[in-house]
Amino acid sequence: MAVAIFLLIIVVGSVVFTFWSPWWFSEIASNWGGIDTTVLITFWVCGAVFVAIGVFMAYCTWKYRHREGARADYQPENARLEWWLTVITTIGVVAMLAPGLIVWDDYVNPPDEALEFEVLSQQWTWKFRFPGADGVLGTVDVANLSLDNPFGMREDDPAGEDDVLVNSAEVHLPIGQPFKVLLRSRDVLHDFFVPEFRAKMDSVPGMVTYFWFTPTKIGQYQIICAELCGMSHHTMRGWVHVDTEEDFAAWFANQPTWAEMRDGVTRKVYTALAQRGRQVAESSGCLACHTLDGTKVVGPTWQGLWGGEQTLADGSKVMVDEAYVIESVREPNAKVVEGFAPGTMITYGADVVSDDDLEALIAFLREDAAP
Amino acid sequence: MAQAEIPYQEAMPLHDPHSWVTKYWYSQDHKVIAVQYGITAMAVGLLALVLSWIMRLQIGWPGVFGIEPALYYQSFTMHGMIMVIYLLTAFLLGSFGNYLVPLMLGARDMVFPFVNMISYHVYLLSVIILLAGYFVPGGVTGAGWTLYPPQAILTGTPGADWGIASMLLSLAVFIVAFTMGGLNYVTTILQARTRGMTLMRMPLSIWGIFAATVLGLLAFPALFVSAVMMLLDNFVGTSFFMPAISSALEGGMAGGMIEGTDAYEGGSPLLFQHLFWFFGHPEVYIVALPAFGVVSDLISVHARKNIFGYRLMVWAIVAIGVLSFIVWAHHMYVAGMHPYFGFFFATTTLVIAVPTAIKVYNWTLTLWRANIRFTVPMLFAIAFVITFVVGGLTGLFLGNVIVDVPLSDTYFVVAHFHMVMGVAPILVIFGGIYHWYPKITGRMLNDTLGRLHFWFTFLGTYAIYFPMHYLGFVGVPRRYYDHGTTSAFYPESAQFLDKGISVAAFIVGAAQFLFIANLVVSYFRGKPAGDNPWEATSLEWRTPQTPPVHGNWGDKLPTVHRWAYDFSVPGAEQDFIPQDVPREGADGKPQEKGAVAS
Repeated sequence: MAVAIFLLIIVVGSVVFTFWSPWWFSEIASNWGGIDTTVLITFWVCGAVFVAIGVFMAYCTWKYRHREGARADYQPENARLEWWLTVITTIGVVAMLAPGLIVWDDYVNPPDEALEFEVLSQQWTWKFRFPGADGVLGTVDVANLSLDNPFGMREDDPAGEDDVLVNSAEVHLPIGQPFKVLLRSRDVLHDFFVPEFRAKMDSVPGMVTYFWFTPTKIGQYQIICAELCGMSHHTMRGWVHVDTEEDFAAWFANQPTWAEMRDGVTRKVYTALAQRGRQVAESSGCLACHTLDGTKVVGPTWQGLWGGEQTLADGSKVMVDEAYVIESVREPNAKVVEGFAPGTMITYGADVVSDDDLEALIAFLREDAAP
Repeated sequence: MAQAEIPYQEAMPLHDPHSWVTKYWYSQDHKVIAVQYGITAMAVGLLALVLSWIMRLQIGWPGVFGIEPALYYQSFTMHGMIMVIYLLTAFLLGSFGNYLVPLMLGARDMVFPFVNMISYHVYLLSVIILLAGYFVPGGVTGAGWTLYPPQAILTGTPGADWGIASMLLSLAVFIVAFTMGGLNYVTTILQARTRGMTLMRMPLSIWGIFAATVLGLLAFPALFVSAVMMLLDNFVGTSFFMPAISSALEGGMAGGMIEGTDAYEGGSPLLFQHLFWFFGHPEVYIVALPAFGVVSDLISVHARKNIFGYRLMVWAIVAIGVLSFIVWAHHMYVAGMHPYFGFFFATTTLVIAVPTAIKVYNWTLTLWRANIRFTVPMLFAIAFVITFVVGGLTGLFLGNVIVDVPLSDTYFVVAHFHMVMGVAPILVIFGGIYHWYPKITGRMLNDTLGRLHFWFTFLGTYAIYFPMHYLGFVGVPRRYYDHGTTSAFYPESAQFLDKGISVAAFIVGAAQFLFIANLVVSYFRGKPAGDNPWEATSLEWRTPQTPPVHGNWGDKLPTVHRWAYDFSVPGAEQDFIPQDVPREGADGKPQEKGAVAS
């Protein structure tokens, strides 16, 4: 008896939960309403089957519970019933599969009018690249990736000169324009996912993957990484701003081309020691978590760091000087800046970053913070 | 008929144990080996349980319990791998397979008892290597149970050098153990059935174990080679799975076994995923098919009714087994493989739903006009069916390629696979233990404790996983150490729900200790069971002694006269007729359907 009652409670409870719970898709902000429709078709077909089987089991467990002297029926098979059930199931499966495949066909075939942009993913942030006036993305090479060439652009490809580079985790897109998104990774697997767009795809080092969508609603939408990519996977966020065409054009005009960036970064002249410190910062992996442009990624940004004050987790303040920087490298958990998780940064001993390297790094921080 | 007139095992010499060590350690008795597998798998499963608590503490109350990211990643990685391989596979095949195959077939033992013994010892070794990962520099791997390269062997992931090595080595060793056990099950099922035990008279438990073992023998080699290839990538600097990459993290740090990442060129991360899932998807059925078989027998015995549609059940098992090899890439719809593969794999995946649905129908139709005894094993069997229905139906979401796009890598996936291949087979394992414990030990498990254990586990797991699907609709990504402050994909209400799920997880976990206590206490104090407490028909309940002695059957092996499902036969005196009762005996009339009875 209890079994029948609880089976019924589970069926009814599940249905009630579905209608009353606040947890469902967020409002869609792309052209992929077809995905929502196929999800709903699947949901109702499966929901009906679940309710039917649950209620049938509840009925059987109540009606045919053991009674003294009762006997079960003896019926090894029933070919006609088994055929019917097979046929009905097949129809249900086709009803879900057919619309699914139609929408998938749409998903993997970008329309002709789609423009391209590239998402470059790395542990643990996003960057973006648009083709310039020539409409062609320049070729790239993993071996070229460096602090001065964050996209690995090839010098010998003129098509890359006018590529527009967005060296931050925030990108703007104009409303109503279909985009074919090309995905690239410089290190491990990542996945570009904006829940409001419904669409996602992994980025895989060594290859270029794609999907397409049209943003349909003005607003800002968070990008999350949906493929496990290491320790700070959960911090790998970014933003897509869907703008009017005018707002987008204004933003776009302010982004540097590859030619401008290349020339711009060489303008700032460092002392030899600071230049070496800059290389240390890059080769030791510091810049994977600390940005130079004020963006908050995994650790505090280094922009304007030197000589300023940092507020620590316990509310106290500390002056950013040589002693503090050395301590933060050698014993990262001794003083953790407010808003960052302790234990995230690994300890860098003298076997990894030598004292000389550290001195160079400090010189870099000092010069970089200077205007 | 291929069956020899006198089964060759009748006169088989047995390796008789003389001391405690030969009886319980170097034992070649399949029943002892089954218990060895079972105890080891349960012990390592308890570790997986504790690991799940660590995860739920962090998810419910981020940062409050001082759980660091590395520990969180390592916990979900080890939890997943332990549950799938070292608990579920080892228990369903190593324990149930070993115990049931010879007994249900009327054999004295496995065909290769010595290899069988070694199989357990190698399995134990694989567990030790796995756990050794906790004691190597950097600890166990935190790459997720799928171990995807490149990150599995790069510095940004916990345990990227020695932890991953212990994991891969352990898997390779496990596969050696599985192969030794698996060849035994297959050969025994094909060669050592007793007189009259035709294939179509075998209980469905044996069909499930048989099909799953064949799948395992064909699928595990793919995992074996990928483990070897990744070890080579990590230690020798080959580039099977490693493309040219530029990891900002790698740099001058002493991480990774290969200095820097410059060494790699031209490998394919997708190749690993294909190999992994070519193993990984059949693996789902390696776990599911034995559970399907066992639960069919539990339902039939305790409903006092023959399993409905036995022949179709057998063919469904075979069809699922074959199809399970051409659906693997449905785990990779958004992995970046050629998008046209989506059409093929979505179709094959939804086709596999048909034989699976038939099994569900036949379980429920067995309840129709039955005479159901709500014993503890039956409770677990019914709970399995409804849990499997939920897990199977949500599989239709993820198998239908476009529906998978918004849901993949979210909590919907977590909920789905826990329902379908976590909770469902574990409910069958519990049901099976409650069912066969009386035969294994000669004593009944305590009924009240069993019922408590059942209700906590069944309702508790439903409370954990049912709402979790809806987090997936919202877009909450899985494997996040911390979802951060309120956002569109993690609203405040989701934080509240996560706390509730965590509480349910602690309760369900704690309830498992009732079960462990029951196993231990009943071993000494349980009610004596007698030979056949459930009034079942299959051969294991017909041994001359309970528990059965080494050799199982005394001088003469039993002779089988009928299928295993003669319950409530009209005109028969009792409501069950064991398989070894001659046809003109208890009921005096032949079975209705020649095909079924043949």
